[in-house]
Amino acid sequence: MSQAPTDTAARSLDAALEPASKPAFASRLRRRLVGARPLIGLVLVCIAGQLLNADFGTWDNVMNVLTRTAFIGIIAVGMCFVIIGGGIDLSVGSMAALIAGAEILLMNALAPHLGSAASVVLVGLAAAVTMGAVFGLAHGLLITKGSIEPFIVTLGTLGIFRAVLTWLADGGAITLDGTLAEAYAPIYYGSLLGLPIPIWVFAAMAFAGAYLLNNTRYGRYVQAIGSNEQVARYAAVAVDRVKIVSYVLLGACVGVATVLYVPRLGSASPTTGLLWELEAIAAVIVGGTALKGGSGSVFGTVMGAVLLSVISNILNLTSIISVYLNAAVQGVVIIIVAFLQRGRR
Amino acid sequence: MALQVSFREVVKSFGPVRVLHGVSFDLEPGRVLGLLGENGAGKTTLMKILAGYETMNSGELVIDGNAQRFADSRAAEAAGIVMIHQEFNLADDLTVAQNIFLGHELMRGFRLDHAAMRREAARVLQQVGLDIDPDTRTRELIVAEKQLVEIAKALSRRARLLVMDEPTATLTPTETERLFALIRRLHEQGVAIVYISHKLDEVERITDEIVVMRDGRFVARAPTASVTRQEMANLMVGRELSDMFPPKALAPDGPSLLEVHGLSVPGWAHDVSFDLRAGEILGFAGLVGSGRTELFEGLLGLRPSSGGEIRLAGLPVRFASPKQAARHGLTYLSEDRKGRGLHVRLPLVDNLTLMDLDRHARPWLDHRSERRALQQAVAEFGIRCNDLDAPASSLSGGNQQKLAIAKVLQPAPRVVVLDEPTRGVDVGAKRDIYFLIRRLADEGRGIVVISSELVELIGLCHRVVVMRAGRVQATLAATQLTEEELIAHVTGTH
Repeated sequence: MSQAPTDTAARSLDAALEPASKPAFASRLRRRLVGARPLIGLVLVCIAGQLLNADFGTWDNVMNVLTRTAFIGIIAVGMCFVIIGGGIDLSVGSMAALIAGAEILLMNALAPHLGSAASVVLVGLAAAVTMGAVFGLAHGLLITKGSIEPFIVTLGTLGIFRAVLTWLADGGAITLDGTLAEAYAPIYYGSLLGLPIPIWVFAAMAFAGAYLLNNTRYGRYVQAIGSNEQVARYAAVAVDRVKIVSYVLLGACVGVATVLYVPRLGSASPTTGLLWELEAIAAVIVGGTALKGGSGSVFGTVMGAVLLSVISNILNLTSIISVYLNAAVQGVVIIIVAFLQRGRR
Repeated sequence: MALQVSFREVVKSFGPVRVLHGVSFDLEPGRVLGLLGENGAGKTTLMKILAGYETMNSGELVIDGNAQRFADSRAAEAAGIVMIHQEFNLADDLTVAQNIFLGHELMRGFRLDHAAMRREAARVLQQVGLDIDPDTRTRELIVAEKQLVEIAKALSRRARLLVMDEPTATLTPTETERLFALIRRLHEQGVAIVYISHKLDEVERITDEIVVMRDGRFVARAPTASVTRQEMANLMVGRELSDMFPPKALAPDGPSLLEVHGLSVPGWAHDVSFDLRAGEILGFAGLVGSGRTELFEGLLGLRPSSGGEIRLAGLPVRFASPKQAARHGLTYLSEDRKGRGLHVRLPLVDNLTLMDLDRHARPWLDHRSERRALQQAVAEFGIRCNDLDAPASSLSGGNQQKLAIAKVLQPAPRVVVLDEPTRGVDVGAKRDIYFLIRRLADEGRGIVVISSELVELIGLCHRVVVMRAGRVQATLAATQLTEEELIAHVTGTH
């Protein structure tokens, strides 16, 4: 088995700690270190950020970064399941845009009929999450029952979702009515016990996701399918159902992310959610999940999402590298991570 | 000019698993040498080192007096050594001529010289007695023809030593005859041949000399004429064959546990009937492609099946998926351990409990209960590992197989189908697995063993169903189980 360079470092560290007579201990420690890599990376980047600009570590800035991470982070948690299961979803950005547009249209239409603005918002929330789940269900069915590659299916819906939104918006923007916007605003701008709502939701989704992946039959089946679908099939796993559920979960995650995002601007346009799919996939990969599936972690994914937005935040705060090169720096990070992971099986 | 090849203390490990423990012997020039050994004896690995597909960790390969270390198969080919693998090295979408010259294309200036390659391909095809157009797509050939293309390819590279790994595994008797005639002709032309096989009758017929390997070590060499088949078998196994198997118990005569009547799996098996009693070990013999594996995949719902009637403990059943089958107490272990049997990248625990997670979920997974199951399985099935958290790939072949068997037994099935349960397993683990299978049967389960090793079927089974071309050719009772009888039914020459 070939190993990444850092494994070699970890091994010599192990050797110093423990004589070779206890290989079990050494390999367990090595596995721990591998799992902690995204966290180590994040800590190093944060230290660099603090050294470059003292404003980086302020409470306001940290909350700002985490709140902005919430959208991509929540989607990435769902994406993590799909990728570990050996699939991919390219449509999440377009899906978010369409859900945002449809949710706003629905709420505007319901406003005159339902009494309070709050109940309209609640209906909007439920509708958005449901819509995401239904889109995910469609993906899952096309991929499993229709036997089409996930790449192709979601490449198709990527175009469809955004085109429908553009058509609904007539090329412009769909804007939320004023009173509704006011009732909806706390979902993004409000806070609870000093933490903004999106951070709470992000944290809750991440913990639920991690628990689902590591402590349920479903999570184990996802890993088994991504590791080797045939083996899972022969081991009496209901492969199709598990895959469909992973796309439904991701769709619901997109719905939740959209629900948090809509009050931020109060509108949806053809540029809403642009390139979110790439950011979500990048977060999963930076977090140590193999793109070919089989193994990965929700914790790593969360670290990956935070790491990517911390990098863009540091570029904003400092003037070493132009903000316009943000995507380039993130791209370099992704390639470096992939390089470090190469040969890991 | 024939090659003089010597192996000197060749050692090879894959990760933690050492497969060759210092092998030394010489290949006499101009002979047909039979390289014998059980699965996992290291014969294929040794030959891959000779042909440049693997590198040795230590030791020497001496060719015509010079120590050699081939960086790749091209370097070995340049020295005149070509190996034909069990799985062919042909690109299905290229034509026969393109395959023959793959990597050695004839050029005319900057351009490929298609005409010359076609001409030369036709010449070597004729030499191996294959009458096809060199422009045929390789995909359209049957297995036996592909093998001849491989040999033609070797000839076009001026092979002086040809290694054939289990060349008859997928051939019919007529095709085998043609291959043997070709081997004799090549031999007369001065090509040395190493013939890897565990089919003793073939080795007896075609080789001048045998070398026996066992568990990664050289065991013996002898002129073929001087040893009997029985002696060859004992050398391969390393003990009297009778010690390999648990003592035979009387065939149980209770009611049938599994009855199959007239089941068909379109394209593979036709109108198959058999029954299995509680406590019985029922063997399935047949050539590759005789439909044994596919029959059971159909039974499990992994392939569409049609017609017929299936009864499990007297009740009519029909399974749409392996999940349903497992729920009814029928599980299946695939012959393809890496592709279908085990998640080699996942930890031992995840592999073991995959089919039985319901027992460890209340409703959240209880990792400690899973771990207890693993500790129990390690003790019960004799799985040797020094790290319970390591991935399954860290185990040796035999221990992986024990883990795989433990896995399909987790849901406590009443009927277990084991497809090639000792493939790629060393002799010691083989014996363990035979005794394990007997114990499972003695506990009252019905066991189906699909195997290509006749010795195994004879030593282990109460009855053997022989399949040929998708149909049941015969069902042999214990008293009828001899190698000759089985071969006759398997090849349809009874």
